[in-house]
Amino acid sequence: MSDIIRRDPRTEWIARNRLHPLHGTVSVSDEVEVRGPSGLLRKNPHKVGFIGPNGIKRIDRLKGNAAASGKGRKGGAAAEVQLPLHQVENPDFYIVVVPDMVGGRLTGHDKDMIGQAHKLINGLQSSSDEKGAVLAVCFGESKEEGFDTAGVDRLLLLNGDEYQGYCPEQQLAALVQVENTYQPKHWLFPDSVNGGADLGSRLAARINERPAVQAWLVDNSTTLSRGAGGTTDITRGTPRLLMLAEECAEPIDETRHEALDIELEHIPTVIAQLQDQGQVAVDPNAIPLGEAEFILSAGNGIHNWDQFHATATALGATEGASRVAVDDGFMPRFRQVGATGTWVTARVYLAVGISGAIQHMQGIGQCDKIIAINTDAGCDMVKGAALSTIGDSEEILAELNKLAENFRQQQADGSDQDAA
Amino acid sequence: MQHKQTEQRFANDLNIVSLISVGKHPQSGRERRAEQDGRAVELGMSLNAENLTVLHAGDPQQNALRSYAGMGLNSIRVLEMDPAADAIAPLSSYLKQHSPDIVLAGVRAESGESSGMVPYQLAEQLGWPLVSRIADIISVEGGVAEILQALPRGQRRALKVRLPFVASVDNAAQEARQSAFGPASRAALDLQSTQSTTDVIRDEWSEAPARKRPKRLKKVKATTAAERFKAATAKAQSDGGKVMKNEPAAEQAQAIFDLLLEEGVLR
Repeated sequence: MSDIIRRDPRTEWIARNRLHPLHGTVSVSDEVEVRGPSGLLRKNPHKVGFIGPNGIKRIDRLKGNAAASGKGRKGGAAAEVQLPLHQVENPDFYIVVVPDMVGGRLTGHDKDMIGQAHKLINGLQSSSDEKGAVLAVCFGESKEEGFDTAGVDRLLLLNGDEYQGYCPEQQLAALVQVENTYQPKHWLFPDSVNGGADLGSRLAARINERPAVQAWLVDNSTTLSRGAGGTTDITRGTPRLLMLAEECAEPIDETRHEALDIELEHIPTVIAQLQDQGQVAVDPNAIPLGEAEFILSAGNGIHNWDQFHATATALGATEGASRVAVDDGFMPRFRQVGATGTWVTARVYLAVGISGAIQHMQGIGQCDKIIAINTDAGCDMVKGAALSTIGDSEEILAELNKLAENFRQQQADGSDQDAA
Repeated sequence: MQHKQTEQRFANDLNIVSLISVGKHPQSGRERRAEQDGRAVELGMSLNAENLTVLHAGDPQQNALRSYAGMGLNSIRVLEMDPAADAIAPLSSYLKQHSPDIVLAGVRAESGESSGMVPYQLAEQLGWPLVSRIADIISVEGGVAEILQALPRGQRRALKVRLPFVASVDNAAQEARQSAFGPASRAALDLQSTQSTTDVIRDEWSEAPARKRPKRLKKVKATTAAERFKAATAKAQSDGGKVMKNEPAAEQAQAIFDLLLEEGVLR
C-alpha cells in the first residue's frame, strides 16, 4: 500500500448529500478530527470543547493542563507522572550514604546528601565506563516510602533488636562490615547533630580515614569545607569519607531509582559499652520555642486556658501562641509563633483555634506535620494541615486530655511492672 | 552556685583530664578561651577540682591558655609542640602513661581544621568507649558513670558507661565560669617537650576566609505559562490533608492522638 491518500469522488459525493442512505457512515463521527474523503484533516466544530458547570460550552485551550494548574476539573489528568526509572544492574562500585532518618524518614539534609552521591557517581562514570550505585545504610525502624524518588539504588535496612535505641557501637560494627564487603569509593554522612557527624567520626577513626567535615562544595577532585568553626574555607583533595553540610547539592527529583533491598551477613554483635538508659523527661516549656519538637499552639479560638495548659502538660508539648492570644494577654510574648515572634522548626505542630494569618503561616513553614483544630473548615490553617478536625476546640481538647492521661497512666503501670 | 563546686560531688580518687585548645572569636578572630573547651574544664572542676589535669598540646606562649587558668586552676600542663603539627600522638602517649579515668574535650575546635576528630581518635587509640556531646555527668559509682547526653531539640538521654572513657562536651553543659586576671597570671605552666610529626597532608591544603554560601533558590519546573503563573502567585493549596468534619469529638481526638503516637512525639 502506498502512503498517498487518494480522493474518493463517490464518498465525497455521499458526504455532500445529506439525504443519501450512507451519509451517516461517512461524515458523522464522534471524534473531533476526522480524515475527510479528500484526504485532509477535518475538524468538527460541534464536537470541540465540553459543557461547563453553568451549561455554557467551554473550549479547553490549555490542552488538558488546566487540571495541573489547580483549577477546572479535578482528578483525571492530575494523576502524577511516573518519573523515568534509573537502573543499575551490576554496579562496579558503590557510594555509601548513611542518612540520619530522624523520626524514621529521610530529612532534607539526607536527600541533599544522596543528590551529592549521584553527582560523584556521574563524575566517576564520565571518566570510565564503570557503573556506580548509591547504597543507603539505614538503622532502626523506617517509615520512609520515598527511597526510590530520593535516589537510593540499593538499600540496606538494619532494624533488628540490636539496632533499637542508642547503639553507636553496633552501628559502627555494621558499617565496618559494609566497608569490608563493598569497599565503597566514598562514604557520605550528613554533618548534623542528629547522629550523622558522630557515626561518621567513629567510622573515620576506625578505618583510619581523614574526613572532610562541613564539606559544602564537593566534586571528584576537590572539596571545599568549612574550618576553624566555620570561619575559613579549606580547599583540599576529595577524601574517601565526607561529612556534608546542609544544602551541599541539589536533591534528586527527575528520576526514580530501584531501592533494591540487600542483605548483609556476618555482622558481629558487639557488647555495648554505652548502655542506653532511655530519654530523660525534660520540661517541655524549658526548651526554646525555636527548636522544640512538638508544639501545642493556641489562638483566638481558645476560651478555656486552664484546659489548654493542662493538655499541653499531659501531652508533653511546648506551648506556643498566635499573635492574638499574646496581644490579649493570655500568653507571654516569647511564646508567640510567626513572623514577629519565633520561626519554629517543630516536627509536629498542633494548632488549636488558629485560622492561619499569613504571618503565622510563615513562622510555621518549616514544620513537618501540622494538625489543626478549628471551627472554620475553609481557613488557611486547615488548607495547609495534614490532619484537621472541625469542631469545638474545648470538646476535642477535653477528649485529647483524657487520652493523654490514659496513656501516661499506662506508661506508669508499664514501668512499675518492669521494676517489679 | 559557688559552694556547689567546693563541696565536691565525687570521691577524690577520680582522675580527670580536660583537653583545651586555643579558641577564636567568631567576629573579631581574636584568640580566646574556646567555648566548649571552657565547658569541659568547668565540668571537670565541678567533678573533682583537686585531681583535674588541664592539658594542652601546642604553643605554651599562647595568651588564651591564661584565660583557662583564670578559672581557678593551679597549673596547666602543656605538651610543647608546633601548633600546626598533629596533636594525637603526643596526647595519646601522655594519656596512656597517666591513665586517667575520664578525658573531657570540646566537640569541635574553633581554629585549625576543626574536624572534631580528636576525642574519637584518642578513644580509638586507647581502646576506650567514647561518649559524644555530653551535657553533664550525674554520678560515678563503683567504676560506672551515669551521663546525661545532649540531643538536638533540647532533649536529654541518660547513659551508663564504665570508666575509663573519653567524652566530648556539648554546648548544653554548664557554662564556663568567669576568668579572673590574678589567678590567671599566678598559675604555673607545666611544660613537657614532645616529639611531634608535621601534618604533611594539611600542607597541601589551601585556606581562605569563609566565602558566603549562595542561597538556594526555589526551582520551578513548569511546562506551561499557567503553571509558571501559579508557582509565582498561588498560595499553598491543601495537599491531600485529611479533614474530619462531622465525626464526634472523641473520634476526632483519637485521630489526633494516633497521629501523635505514630510520629513518636509522645514520650
